Amino acid sequence: MNADALSMPSATAETDGRMPLEQEQRTAVDVARVRKAYGLRPVLRDVSFGVVAGQCIAVLGPNGAGKTTLLRILATLTRPARGSVTIAGYDALHEAHEVRRVVGYVGHTPLLYDELTAKENLLFFARMYGLPDGEARADALLKRVGMRSRANDRAGTFSRGQAQRVALARGILHDPPVLLLDEPDTGLDEDAIRLLHDLIAERGAAGKTTLLTTHTLERGLAWSDAAVVLTDGRVAYAGPSDEMTLPDLRLLYANARRSGR
Amino acid sequence: MSSFQTGWQQLWSIVGKDLRSELRARHVWVAMALFSALVLVVFYFAFDLRVENRGPVAPGALWIAFVFASVLGLGRTFASEQEHGSMDRLLLCPVDRQVIFLAKLIGNLIFLGVVEVVAVPLFAAIYNLPILGGALVVIVVLGTVGIATMCTIFAAVASTTGAREIMLPLLVFPLLIPVVIGAVRATQSLVVPVVNDPPWPGLLAAFDIIFVTISALVFQYVVED
Repeated sequence: MNADALSMPSATAETDGRMPLEQEQRTAVDVARVRKAYGLRPVLRDVSFGVVAGQCIAVLGPNGAGKTTLLRILATLTRPARGSVTIAGYDALHEAHEVRRVVGYVGHTPLLYDELTAKENLLFFARMYGLPDGEARADALLKRVGMRSRANDRAGTFSRGQAQRVALARGILHDPPVLLLDEPDTGLDEDAIRLLHDLIAERGAAGKTTLLTTHTLERGLAWSDAAVVLTDGRVAYAGPSDEMTLPDLRLLYANARRSGR
Repeated sequence: MSSFQTGWQQLWSIVGKDLRSELRARHVWVAMALFSALVLVVFYFAFDLRVENRGPVAPGALWIAFVFASVLGLGRTFASEQEHGSMDRLLLCPVDRQVIFLAKLIGNLIFLGVVEVVAVPLFAAIYNLPILGGALVVIVVLGTVGIATMCTIFAAVASTTGAREIMLPLLVFPLLIPVVIGAVRATQSLVVPVVNDPPWPGLLAAFDIIFVTISALVFQYVVED
C-alpha cells in the first residue's frame, strides 16, 4: 500500500497564499502536515494528502481516527495546531472567509432549524451565501432531493432521512467546488442513497470535488476515486480506491483497534 | 453587492430567522414575560413598601426582574443553536462573526423589549408609581442594551460549556453590576429626584458602548474552536 500516493507538493508551490494557476486547476484540496490535539490527546498527527479537482475522495477510518476533526478543519470550523490547508487556492487559516464560499458541508446530523420550513431553511442559507436566485435554486434543489411536496412543512416534522435530504440540498445550494460529506448516508433509505451517489457522480463529471467519510466501507471504496485511511490520527493509506481491497481495509481497522487497546 | 450590503442583508436575515423561530416556538418570550411579572409581584409582597420608601426600593425590583428574566430567556438563544448544532452550520457560511453577534444582540433586544412592554406598565400599576414617560423609555433602552449585550456574549461562552444553565448567571451577574446600579439609580431619580446625582444615563450609555464594542470584537474567539 502506498501511503503517499495522494500526497501533493504543498506550501513550496504557493505564491502569496495562492497556488499557480496550473496547479490550482488540478489541486482542489491540499492538506500538509496537519496536527491537531484536544488537550493532551493528539487527534491528527502530520496528516498530508492532496485531492485533484473533480475527484471523490473517501476518508475512512475507525471511530476516533480523526475523520470528523479533519473535515471540520477543512470546513474552517476548527483550526489545526500545525500544518497548512489549502482549498481551491485559498489558505484555510488566513483566508477562511473565502474558503467558506467555496466549501459545502453536510454532516451526519441534518442541523436544520426545526421551526422553519424546508424552503425557509434553504432560503435563509441562500441569503447567507448571497445567492441572487435563492428562491429558484431552493425550489430546484427541493425537487432534486425529492422534498418538493414537503417544501412548506416545518423541518421539525421531518423524519431523519427527510431532514438529511434537505441538508443535502442545503450543502450544494451555492454549488460549491468542494463538498465535504461527513457520514451523509446516516439514516438515508435506498432511494436517498442512490440520490446521493448520483449527486457525487454529477459533481465529479462537472469537475467538482467531494470528500466523503462513511462507515460503510464497501460504499466508500465504490463511490470514490481515491481513499485516505486514517488510523489513530495518522494516514495509513492514501491512494486509488481500486487498489485498496476490503480485506486490506478491514485489516487496517483491526490493527488500529488492537493498537488502541 | 458590496460587503456592507451583504453583511446588512445577512444581519437582518439572521434576526428574521430568530424572530420567526421564536414566534412559532414561543420558548423564550412567554417564559420571560411571566417570570418578570412574577418577580415584580413577589417583590411587592416581600418588602414593606409604604408610600415613603416605595420610590427608592421599587426600581430595584424592576431591574432585578429584567436581569433574571434575561438570564433565563436569552441564554436559550445560543443554547438551542448549540444543542441542534446549527451554530456550526451558521459559522460555515461566509458571514462575518461580528454580523452574527450583532444579529443575535438585536434579536435579544427585541425579545427583551417585548417583555419590557408588558412588565413596565405592570410595574407602574402594581407599585403605583407615575413614572411612565420619555425619560423612563431612555433609561430602559440604555439599561436593556447593556443587559442584552452581556447576556448575548456570555450566552455564547456558556453554550460551549457543559453546565451552561449554571455558567451563564455566574458569568453575567458580576459584570452586570455597573449596569444595574446605573439603571436603578437613574430610575430612582425619576421617582425621587436627587441633587448632585451622577449623570446615570450618560454612564449607562458609556457602559453600553464599551460592552458592545468589546463583545463584538471577542465574539469570533468565543464561537470558533
